[in-house]
Amino acid sequence: MPAVSKGDGMRGLAVFISDIRNCKSKEAEIKRINKELANIRSKFKGDKALDGYSKKKYVCKLLFIFLLGHDIDFGHMEAVNLLSSNKYTEKQIGYLFISVLVNSNSELIRLINNAIKNDLSSRNPTFMCLALHCIANVGSREMAEAFAGEIPRILVAGDTMDSVKQSAALCLLRLYKTSPDLVLMGEWTSRVVHLLNDQHMGVVTAAISLITCLSQKNPDEFKTCVSLAVSRLSRIVSSASTDLQDYTYYFVPAPWLSCKLLRLLQCYPPPEDGAVKGRLVECLETILNKAQEPPKSKKVQHSNAKNAILFEAISLIIHYDSEPNLLVRACNQLGQFLQHRETNLRYLALESMCTLASSEFSHEAVKTHIETVINALKTERDVSVRQRAADLLYAMCDRSNAKQIVAEMLSYLETADYSIREEMVLKVAILAEKYAVDYSWYVDTILNLIRIAGDYVSEEVWYRVIQIVINRDDVQGYAAKTVFEALQAPACHENMVKVGGYILGEFGNLIAGDPRSSPLVQFNLLHSKFHLCSVPTRALLLSAYIKFINLFPETKSTIQEVLRSDSQIRNSDVELQQRAVEYLKLSSIASTDVLATVLEEMPPFPERESSILAKLKKKKGPGAVSVNELEEGKREGGELNGGGERGGDSSAIASTPSPSADLLGLRAGPPVTAAAPSAGSLLVDVFSEAGRSGALRFVCKNNGVLFENQLLQIGIKSEYRQNLGRMYLFYGNKTSVQFVTFTTTVTCPGELQSHILHIHTWNSLEPLIEGGAQVQQVINIECLTDFSDAPLLNIKFRYGGALQNLTLKLPVTINKFFQPTEMASHDFFQRWKQLSLPQQEAQKIFKANHAMDTEVLKAKLLGLGMALLENVDPNPENFVCAGVIQTKAQQVGSLLRLEPNAQAQMYRLTVRSSKDTVSKRLCELLAEQF
Amino acid sequence: MIGGLFIYNHKGEVLISRVYRDDIGRNAVDAFRVNVIHARQQVRSPVTNIARTSFFHIKRSNIWLAAVTKQNVNAAMVFEFLYKMCDVMTAYFGKISEENIKNNFVLIYELLDEILDFGYPQNSETGALKTFITQQGIKGQPQTKEEQSQITSQVTGQIGWRREGIKYRRNELFLDVLESVNLLMSPQGQVLSAHVSGRVVMKSYLSGMPECKFGMNDKIVIDKQGKGGTTDDPGKSGKQSIAIDDCTFHQCVRLSKFDSERSISFIPPDGEYELMRYRTTKDIILPFRVIPLVREVGRTKLEVKVVIKSNFKPSLLAQKIEVRIPTPLNTSGVQVICMKGKAKYKASENAIVWKIKRMAGMKESQISAEIELLPTNDKKKWARPPISMNFEVPFAPSGLKVRYLKVFESKLNYSDHDVIKWVRYIGRSGIYETRC
Repeated sequence: MPAVSKGDGMRGLAVFISDIRNCKSKEAEIKRINKELANIRSKFKGDKALDGYSKKKYVCKLLFIFLLGHDIDFGHMEAVNLLSSNKYTEKQIGYLFISVLVNSNSELIRLINNAIKNDLSSRNPTFMCLALHCIANVGSREMAEAFAGEIPRILVAGDTMDSVKQSAALCLLRLYKTSPDLVLMGEWTSRVVHLLNDQHMGVVTAAISLITCLSQKNPDEFKTCVSLAVSRLSRIVSSASTDLQDYTYYFVPAPWLSCKLLRLLQCYPPPEDGAVKGRLVECLETILNKAQEPPKSKKVQHSNAKNAILFEAISLIIHYDSEPNLLVRACNQLGQFLQHRETNLRYLALESMCTLASSEFSHEAVKTHIETVINALKTERDVSVRQRAADLLYAMCDRSNAKQIVAEMLSYLETADYSIREEMVLKVAILAEKYAVDYSWYVDTILNLIRIAGDYVSEEVWYRVIQIVINRDDVQGYAAKTVFEALQAPACHENMVKVGGYILGEFGNLIAGDPRSSPLVQFNLLHSKFHLCSVPTRALLLSAYIKFINLFPETKSTIQEVLRSDSQIRNSDVELQQRAVEYLKLSSIASTDVLATVLEEMPPFPERESSILAKLKKKKGPGAVSVNELEEGKREGGELNGGGERGGDSSAIASTPSPSADLLGLRAGPPVTAAAPSAGSLLVDVFSEAGRSGALRFVCKNNGVLFENQLLQIGIKSEYRQNLGRMYLFYGNKTSVQFVTFTTTVTCPGELQSHILHIHTWNSLEPLIEGGAQVQQVINIECLTDFSDAPLLNIKFRYGGALQNLTLKLPVTINKFFQPTEMASHDFFQRWKQLSLPQQEAQKIFKANHAMDTEVLKAKLLGLGMALLENVDPNPENFVCAGVIQTKAQQVGSLLRLEPNAQAQMYRLTVRSSKDTVSKRLCELLAEQF
Repeated sequence: MIGGLFIYNHKGEVLISRVYRDDIGRNAVDAFRVNVIHARQQVRSPVTNIARTSFFHIKRSNIWLAAVTKQNVNAAMVFEFLYKMCDVMTAYFGKISEENIKNNFVLIYELLDEILDFGYPQNSETGALKTFITQQGIKGQPQTKEEQSQITSQVTGQIGWRREGIKYRRNELFLDVLESVNLLMSPQGQVLSAHVSGRVVMKSYLSGMPECKFGMNDKIVIDKQGKGGTTDDPGKSGKQSIAIDDCTFHQCVRLSKFDSERSISFIPPDGEYELMRYRTTKDIILPFRVIPLVREVGRTKLEVKVVIKSNFKPSLLAQKIEVRIPTPLNTSGVQVICMKGKAKYKASENAIVWKIKRMAGMKESQISAEIELLPTNDKKKWARPPISMNFEVPFAPSGLKVRYLKVFESKLNYSDHDVIKWVRYIGRSGIYETRC
């Protein structure tokens, strides 16, 4: 950059600025500015032309005034004039003004673009750089439209100066980020990759930012960069600190470039070429080795630069997840950092370890640091570090150390920060349930949890305790004893009273033998808490009392007395009053036998009552679940959680439990038919919600909730026209914690990918979703020819440190591209006959899954997208439809006939279309809908 | 109840901080500075709520006075108190400025202790305060016990605003009727809104404990007298009476008497005080009429012609006349021609300011200006703010007349005739605007 000569300073500007600084009040400042603006206006208006110097000065003043927060509505023309000056300073001020104050005035934009074009084509590198900076700073769509074609040319031209190349790469990156559709890939892409070999390190650094961004969208086109990046990395890593001169930062060779290279490599799977891979592994080993070397400088910059590379290398190792040796070494290195006195380092180490823990190779290695982590949880002064420690403990937990970790987390909970308590409670509850080998331990843990952090224990947690206690005979007595003891504390949490009331009501008899917990003592204990509780708890206690009457006839008179008192029988709350009245009558009228039958012990809850099943039932009404769907649901569930269930100890799972569905049983009384209880394992229901693919539900409708679990809700809204479709996906974060590194990818498996369905995603998502927030994504779909499979949506994000991975089927089915066709009766049958080839017809006879309601059927058929033809079929019970499927390649006419048989609860479905695959697919899709 | 009271300079530095209640912490001081004084957008509401704490502020030149409370107080009371506080400070050390406040901070704290007690406003009558809070401090004559007890009985007595035993050689009385007239007029000369707010300010130097009675041409009083047939000239007085919309009085006025007989009688404080405040909206005499004429010639030129006409008796002289003609924001040059006075384009205020020293009644004067404009990028039209005017006239635009001011002192031997009385009328412009 040419130096600004001393005589070039603008005195007028300096005086103006010092005047402004000296203003005593806002009013004085405004007055001074108004005066200056009037002066500039009169100067610009003046008939004699201004020289470049004064123009620059006034434009500078305007810029200063604008930056002070005042509106500027003139001077743009003068700034544009400055662009054509030959003096560097004048041009610079012109560009500065344009970058800051550009507006979409069409005629000015043309002039600006012209000036930029001139500068870009000039051979003067400084002017070219100024122009490129301006384009990048403005970064608008208009700019992209005008220059997206030009800049790649400059970038790869052989005779471009290094500094210009650097600017061009960064400018192109900026344009690509604002309007990716305008930056077209071309033959320059391959040459950009070769910039990685450039002599000039600055160019490499700039180019690598561009390549990283481009390759995230088009990984295939930039595949070749992997080997180049590896060789570059190895050259840097193996170089002595003095080799790179300008690019050595506190004895670390090119730290920024190294980090960027490592990050680029994280976009790709491990290299397949053995030589490249060997070289890369060597590099990573060298980086890990260097971390062990004594520091070359005591300066913090030195260690920061070194650690930055190290952490980036470790994330690459974790990303590859295939080198057990490296993973273990990384883990050991992080272990050292856990005791480092830098808080930031400890934080980073805990965070990286969290991801390491999910790898099967390094899980054991991570576990060796358990003591340190527990210590961190207890002693760290910064809450965010403690949070990471808690995350890591959760991630490293397995059957062998569950007891220790849960105990530590419980003891920490007593002093934990309020902001993380709720999350901690959930984590403890999940771990206790997941890794429990011994039920009394589980009961103890959860009761402790309620005692310590009752306010943060959600309903589901105590529901689960009760379910488990009721289902396990061996633990009931112990549970009754424990809750009885827990209730003796002078102040106990309401959730504890709920659990206590329920369990004593059911199993109080098991401890009644002990005189210290005789029936009356139990009752008095419960009743002493009664008045402090809210209405739902009181209702629960009343039910417990009536159970007492059944269990211990000797308490009958006491309890009747309580029920009869005005505060119960005339309670202002309807629910309580009704219970009191009914229970009182029940106890006085019914005989012991009747009482014993009515108030029998609760039957065991259906174990492994999948919440998928429960959800289905809730949606479709009882008794309507088809076996097909059930299997489908299970299959999907398995697929979703495959990673989690494989090892049994892997921690890549959803961190929120979702037993709510199971509680349907608790609330609805009689348990629904269930699979045979599996005696061995506890009811691990952590994954359950993880989703039934909604694809089938969306055959006949376009909008709805595609997927929902405790963390995430995905809503869908779609519209189709001819062979085009647009789908809006709404991702809602249901928790109060943000999701990080949220990414989604849409893939078309198999042949779908190549020619059948063309999917284009835009609106790239932010990688962060705040708690409670919702983000939107738009997917464009084009149907090229007919298809049968559905595209897959893969969602990855981190929640509280744990990686979540979901794969869902997008509800794109062939019938979405239907165009309804109205036709008269004879037309229909004429065409029906034309499509008489055996392969053109598909027929299916199946049993009805739902009630055969004509209106519902009609609505479903209309939702299908075909035209429902009235008065066509001689039998009014039958439905006939006609439509044309619009694909890019061809149009497929389809006719449909649905004959319901009300007596047999059966349907006969016949589909005829001009293409055999379409008939078959339609028939398959529809058979599952009725 | 006021929890605390802070005084800031224009930079937001705290000059005076007095906290009366525990619920107001030191952070309230900063909250007001950050959210009001240094706010990005100018705060226009005088009441600001920050974190369940209410801040009531007024601004005197560059000084901010803020009263803070966490309770649901009567906002009008708080503002009345703040204004009173300004009056008290002005009476003690003149203009309220940073310099003066810094020089008198001991005095201010002393005053604050006296006029607010646990957040409840106390006696804020300057005359009474001056008897026991003196600027001399300990340097002054130490008061005798007798004097102290006298002060106590006076301050806590029925007539707290006047002490006994005042003696003057010459019994004198000054009465000023100060009015400010507010107007908004359409370009065609239609009155859109007009009102006069006036004050009757008295300066009395009277001996003993005189009983005064003040009479003016209040419509209700005149009509009543007209009905009784006691006035000499019923036709004339009926015409010249004025309708007062609302009024407030100094605490010395006997309100019961005003309610029953509508007569204003009082024992005056010694020295200067404001006897009453009133507002009228009917039959206002508008001293000036502004006739604007704005013509846009193309995109780059504007021609403005403004005529002012004085509308009062030719024998009277208006003073300090100033007409302010706003100019568009893209003005690049102005040429002005005026027949009388001086006119100048003030770029810093975006206006042409035309000043005339004196002007007699029933006269007319004119200014014409050519404004050159710079073409701008945005198509926003100029909003044409109204032309405003300032002046001072020697009569009351509301038409208020002082009919009598009688002084009775039974104990001392001077009568109403011995008192020298001075009456003066001053009419000033408030917000006096004409749209163009």
